[in-house]
Amino acid sequence: MAIVVRQLTKRFGDFVALDRVDLEIRDGSLTALLGPSGSGKTTLLRIIGGLEEPDAGAVILDGRDVTRMPPQARGIGFVFQHYAPFRHMTVHDNVAFGLTIRKRPRAEIERRVRELLELVQIAHLADRYPSQLSGGQRQRMALARALAVEPRMLLLDEPFGALDARVRKELRQWLRRLHDETHVTTVFVTHDQEEAMDVADHIVVMDHGRIEQEGTPRDLYDRPANAFVMTFIGPVTTVDGALVRPHDIDLLPDPEDGAVEVLVERVVHLGFEVRAELVHGDGHRTWAQLTRDEAEALEVTAGRIVWARARHPRTFADAQAGGREVPTG
Amino acid sequence: MSSDRAPARAPRRRRSRVALLVRGIALTYLALLLVLPVLLVFVRTFERGIEPVIEALSRPAFLAAFRLTIIVTVIAVPFNAIFGVIAAITLVRHRPRGGAFLNALIDLPFALSPVVIGLALILVYGKFGVIGPELEARGFQVIFAVPGIVLATILVSLPFVVREVMPLLREVGTDQEEAAATLGSGSWRTFRRITLPAIRWGVIYGVILTTARSLGEFGAVSIVSGKLSGKTETLTLHVEERFQSFDPVGAYAASVVLALMALAVLLGMSVLQSGVIQRRFSRGDRRQAADQAVR
Repeated sequence: MAIVVRQLTKRFGDFVALDRVDLEIRDGSLTALLGPSGSGKTTLLRIIGGLEEPDAGAVILDGRDVTRMPPQARGIGFVFQHYAPFRHMTVHDNVAFGLTIRKRPRAEIERRVRELLELVQIAHLADRYPSQLSGGQRQRMALARALAVEPRMLLLDEPFGALDARVRKELRQWLRRLHDETHVTTVFVTHDQEEAMDVADHIVVMDHGRIEQEGTPRDLYDRPANAFVMTFIGPVTTVDGALVRPHDIDLLPDPEDGAVEVLVERVVHLGFEVRAELVHGDGHRTWAQLTRDEAEALEVTAGRIVWARARHPRTFADAQAGGREVPTG
Repeated sequence: MSSDRAPARAPRRRRSRVALLVRGIALTYLALLLVLPVLLVFVRTFERGIEPVIEALSRPAFLAAFRLTIIVTVIAVPFNAIFGVIAAITLVRHRPRGGAFLNALIDLPFALSPVVIGLALILVYGKFGVIGPELEARGFQVIFAVPGIVLATILVSLPFVVREVMPLLREVGTDQEEAAATLGSGSWRTFRRITLPAIRWGVIYGVILTTARSLGEFGAVSIVSGKLSGKTETLTLHVEERFQSFDPVGAYAASVVLALMALAVLLGMSVLQSGVIQRRFSRGDRRQAADQAVR
């Protein structure tokens, strides 16, 4: 299902959650809405799903204006951040809910529920109640329940946010595979850029209720439209006031054109990756990301003077070009 | 398995002297204030055997009072159950303008003395009230008749269901209702299959409390009923009337009936509760279910 959003605006009191947002999502794509908290990404998802009404603007699904239609009429599957399991129903009844509402024959419901529970690998838990499941199992149940009604569009709100790291990675790949098999148009909200890069084939970066940039993961990484996108996606440091990817900093043993003199303050070995923390003559700090081989060839050690040259330095109009001096994650 | 399972019960601690003392005080308090008086009512009732009791309980005045109390309760309880659920959903989910005011207003019947509620009803529906004469001209008498008693009972027991259901609605949140909507469920079906099961214990407790209050209401009813023996006399009014007519056996017998009705209501609730829990959970999970019910 193709999704078109025009000039969507939504306020909560004084807070502008969405500010005249335009967006088109291709049929069959897997799109991530990426942004910090308060950027409007969840509000946008909820308006597409019909759970929230916009103050202005329109939502058009496959050419049909559904802005004022309730969620029941939109043919969507929605997975909530905390899964919203029906607590008084078994896993089986949770998944069957949408089908019983559609008054499908009993045999068909049973068959479909069994198929879905097998698909999400929790068939053995059919008679359990949600309170007896782990977080990952609840997430799988929520997915099966949303898929049961054969939605033409799957919307997921921070689907992996509440899971531990290992389960999160596993479910991510599973969602990707599921999408590759079913090709149902999928939109998910996340604040985790790595998750967006890993799963989505199209990323929409949002901040302060606006879309900052959209494109493929590669586009956004290589050609960020502004400092916000560049700092939000991937590691960033600064050299001579310009934003640079730390792996785009070449360290040279001797002075060369365009290279600045820096002191190696500290060298951190992270397996394959080596991180060199550098200080400029004026006290400004920056860091470079090297492979182990590069670091060894250069003999980068703390206390040495080297010359740093940025390969693709960028300056942007938006002034907040601070960047992160040292990666936090 | 799941992380939010109830933690294992803390090991039983050795009873200290302080704990024993506290327990002793609580039990003595209950015994003196609650158990002893109620027990005495039973004892006094059957002091002279069962014959006078049977005689008192077969008088037409008692039977009429008993019937009226049942009728009033059967009307008042569903009214307040339905209104209570609607009011709670309105206040919690739709947050209307002036909701805070409405919220405070709902507690008014608890805050006001029932006598005041009775008088207020007379000011509206009485012979010289605001709309009383109008209604009476059309042959509909409220005050000193059954409708007035029903109205008074509904008013004094109005807050119970609302107050029991509202916190549950808040706690459950809107997630499940929204999920049901995205799965194609209309609002009535969502209410029936998602919201109502989630708040059903609040509704049940509220109904129990409403029933108990409806059976036992005295103050407001005594003002509006006119106390016509055999016509507008409820059980509680009958007890008072017998007591003041120097018929202790009649008064105690009716009191015992009231007490037994209350007991039956409470018993019915606990049976319902254990039945539901057994049906919902398989044998192995019953302990967890019991833990949840306690919470």
